[in-house]
This record gives sequence, structure tokens and C-alpha cells, in this order.
Amino acid sequence: MKKRKFEELFFRVLMVLATIIVAGSFFLIVGTIFFKGVPYMNLDMVTKTPGGGFYIGKEGGILNAIIGSFYVAGGATILGLVISIPVAIYINLYMDGKRFLSNTIRMAFDVLFGIPSIVYGAFGFLIMVYFGLRASLLGGIIAVTLLVIPILVRTLDEVIRTVPFELRDAALSLGATRWETAKVVLRQIRPGIFTAILLSFGRAIGDVASVLFTAGFSDNVPTSLHEPAATLPLAIFFQLGSPVEEVQGRGYASALILTIIVLIITVLSDILIKRFSKHKI
Amino acid sequence: MNTRLIKDKILSKLMLVFTLASVSLLVIIGIGLYYKSIPIIHRLSWGELITSSIWKPLKGLFGFFPFIMGTLWVTAIAIIIALPLCLLTALYIVEYAPTKIKRVLTPFVNLLSGIPPVIFGVWGVLFIIPLIQIYIAPHFVEFSTGYSVLAGGIVLAVMIFPLIVSIISEVLRTIPQELKDASLSLGATKWETIKKVILRKALPGIIAATVLAISRAFGETIAVLMVCGNNAAVPHSVFDPGYPLPALIANNYGEMLSIPLYDSALMFAALLLFIIILLFNIISRVILSRLERRLSA
Repeated sequence: MKKRKFEELFFRVLMVLATIIVAGSFFLIVGTIFFKGVPYMNLDMVTKTPGGGFYIGKEGGILNAIIGSFYVAGGATILGLVISIPVAIYINLYMDGKRFLSNTIRMAFDVLFGIPSIVYGAFGFLIMVYFGLRASLLGGIIAVTLLVIPILVRTLDEVIRTVPFELRDAALSLGATRWETAKVVLRQIRPGIFTAILLSFGRAIGDVASVLFTAGFSDNVPTSLHEPAATLPLAIFFQLGSPVEEVQGRGYASALILTIIVLIITVLSDILIKRFSKHKI
Repeated sequence: MNTRLIKDKILSKLMLVFTLASVSLLVIIGIGLYYKSIPIIHRLSWGELITSSIWKPLKGLFGFFPFIMGTLWVTAIAIIIALPLCLLTALYIVEYAPTKIKRVLTPFVNLLSGIPPVIFGVWGVLFIIPLIQIYIAPHFVEFSTGYSVLAGGIVLAVMIFPLIVSIISEVLRTIPQELKDASLSLGATKWETIKKVILRKALPGIIAATVLAISRAFGETIAVLMVCGNNAAVPHSVFDPGYPLPALIANNYGEMLSIPLYDSALMFAALLLFIIILLFNIISRVILSRLERRLSA
């Protein structure tokens, strides 16, 4: 009897410890980044592009990378939405009675979701070589779009499935076409679409491997789609590889900036998801 | 036919095209990578490419064995660390934790999954590398810079925490309450119920989660690249540096166009990665969707 009680207690303690490690690792990571990044943070970092000699520790900031990241992630999310919304609608509203087919398509997107970003990067590079594009903002956007399509499709799919069937049936039975019904459904899921946008944007802004081959790197803010664009993760990566201490420090500060951006996005989408599920009929 | 119906028809065809196009991405990526790897596969066969350990691109020798081993070491270490921790965490969250604690815990797991790979890499360099170099390695080996497969494994383990915890929790939630009640009413303690009933029932789901986590760990490029040491030799201990496949692709894309067959070799690396991950994903998704279907039936 005693042994059973002891075993119970032992594993309970083990579970609590494991939970503390898993949840605590978040604080450990964010704490480390804050602790190392704050001393090197200054206004120049977010308001200036790299000046001459930035990479040997002279003045400047990473505004080029911040803006470049927003361009790439924003462009990819918009392009991804244009492709993903029709796909999500098609699977849900046009494929009635084809459960097997729609489930297979869902699984295909799940598998696409699991493909590592370096493979998307390599594939994006192949496309660019094929069309004779140089590493540019456009190339980066194409590669990242491929990366976010599965995220967008799966999120939108989940969201559309929360819309009650009765709503569609009511619309259809009033004589609406499927497309008109789709418009009714789309109006219902507006907050859900916003959540999907945030999720995809958050993933896109933090991804390095897919833009490594495709977006290039530049000290200037890109003014056209054919110019190379710097991105935050790449800026962090390059600065950290520098032997100059000041530049490494800026790498930590850049990591802090990226962390803050991504945390804000994650928290916002969390709040939206909660609000969305509250209004579920 | 009136215009409303025509509009619906046209749009439906258009949406079908979008759907087919994006699904076929899966096939197109595979074909594209294969097409680009043909030159190297013709020169040295699949078997030779995978089993040879000599990597001398300038001499036209491309042996992927060290990179495959590097990938395996790092992934194995990550799973060995992450799986027990995540299983216990998921059990605690689903079976023991009061609602209040659950409500506090879930957002943090969410936040962790939102952190970009490069930040994990920076954290690895700032925290894990010194930890290994100063506190762990001296107890086992004479000298280590800290840049090792162990560092890669630890960083990867933390990266896959959210994935494993969320999938295993899902699986645990699907186990019917009656089953637990029956075991408890027979006088079993909660832990005995977990050990003999819940874990047994959840085993396929746990395996599927693990396979999925392995495939995620396989493909993480930047974080691993930053902490792994990147030395093209087969690692012999956890303190040796390793050179996983994704890191190989990322590190060498700059020079790949200047050396003959090099680009083909890197595309072959991407193809290998793609095939492995494709298989792993399909296997685990099939298991998970079967579980789900059995539950809803």
C-alpha cells in the first residue's frame, strides 16, 4: 500500500517538474535575449539604416532589415491569402459528399506544413533560376508565400468549420448560389481571417532559411520588387557571425527587436482566437 | 441560365484550379528537386552518395554519410530529451492540473511555439554553448568548444516542446472518461490508471506525435547551424561537432554555382530531406487521423 502511494507521489512531482521545465524554457529564452540585448539597444537601431563601417562597429541601425522583413512577410501573407481563401472555401463549401477527397487534400496541406523552410528556400531558388530572377524582394516573397500557404489554408479551414451548418443550409435554401453562400460565410469568419493573417505573418517574419537563397541582403531599404532586401533573421545571423564585439551586441539587440515583434503578434492572435471562440454560436 | 449561376460556375472552377495548384506543390517540389539532382545521381549512385563519408566537392567527391549521421545524432538527442519531458507535461496538463493552472500554462506553450528559429539559435549560442563548454563537457571530455551535436539536440528539443505537448494532449483528451472511471473505481491510483490504461490506449498517438516531432527536428536549419559546429565528419560522442543536412544546404549555397556538380549535390541534400520528411509526415498523419476517426465513429 505504501509503495503505491509513494509511486503516485513520485510521478506527480516528476510531472510538475517537467511542466516547469517546458513552460519555463520560454522565460529562459526570452530572459536571455532581453538580458543580452538591452545593453545594446538604442534608438539608432530602429531608426537608421547601416552607415559606412556599420559592420566594424560604427554607427547605424537595422531599419533596412526591419522594413525588409515587413515587406517580405506582408507581401507573402497577402499573396498567400489570395490563394488560400479560395482553397479553404472550395474544400468546405464545394466538396460536399466528397469527404474522402477533401480529407486527402487537408492531409496534403498538413504534409506541406511539415516541409522544412530550407526545402522551400531551395525550391524557391530553383524557380528563380528557371525564370532568370536574381535574389530580390520578389524572390523572397515567392519563397515565403509557398511557406505560408499551408498555414493559411489549415487555419482558414478550421475557422470555416466553426460556422454552423444551419447557416449555409439557410442561405442555400433561400435560393442563394454556393458563391453567395460563401460570401455569407466569409462575413462570419472575418475575425478568423485576421487570426490567420497574424499567424502567417508571425511565421513569415521569423523565418530565415527560406529567404536565405531568395531575398538576398542589402543595406538599403528596397524601393522595387527587383532589388535585394534585408530581413531581420538574416541580419541577426550575419551580425552574430562577426568577430567585432559591438556588431555581435547589435545582433543581440536585433534578436530582441524580432522577439518583441513576434511576441506582440502571438499575443494579439491569442486574444483574437479567444474572442472568436466566445462568439461562436 | 442566369448570370448568378454562371458566376457561381466560373468561380467554382477558378477555386478548383487554385486548390489543385497548391496541393500539387507537393509533387512539383519533389520533381523539381529530383530533376536538379539527376546529374549527381547519374555520376555516383544513390547508394554511393548515401554511404560514402568523403566530402571533397572540389575533387567531385560527395559523400553524404557524415551529414546523415549528423542529422540523426542531433535529432535523436532532441527526442530523448523532449519526449519524456513533454509526455509528463501533457499528462500533468490533461490529468492533474486544475483549470486555473491550465489556463496559465497553455499561453506559454503557445508563445514558445511562436518564437522564430533564429532566436532559438541566438539563445543556443548565448546560453547552451557556454553551459556545455564550462559546466557539462569538462566532466566527460578534455576539451570542448561547446559547439556540438549535444548543443544542437538541446536547442532542437526546446523547439519541438510545443509541438509534442500539444499533440500528446490532444491524444490524451480523446481517451474516454468511462475507461478512467472504471480503472479508478477498481481501486487503482491515478498513476496506476495512467500507467496501465491511459498510456496503453494513447500509445499509437504518442508514437505518431514522436514521428511528427522527428520530422520537424530534421528540417530545422538555422538553430542547428548556429550551435552544431558544422564539421563534415561523423560524430562519435555528444560533444563532437556535427553537420546536419539542412545546415549543409544553407552554408554552401553561396559557392554552389562555381563548383561543378555542387549545386546538384545540394539539391540532392534537399531532396533527401524532402523524401524523409514526406514519409514521416504521411505515416504520422495517417495514424493521427485514424485515431480521430475511430473516436468520432
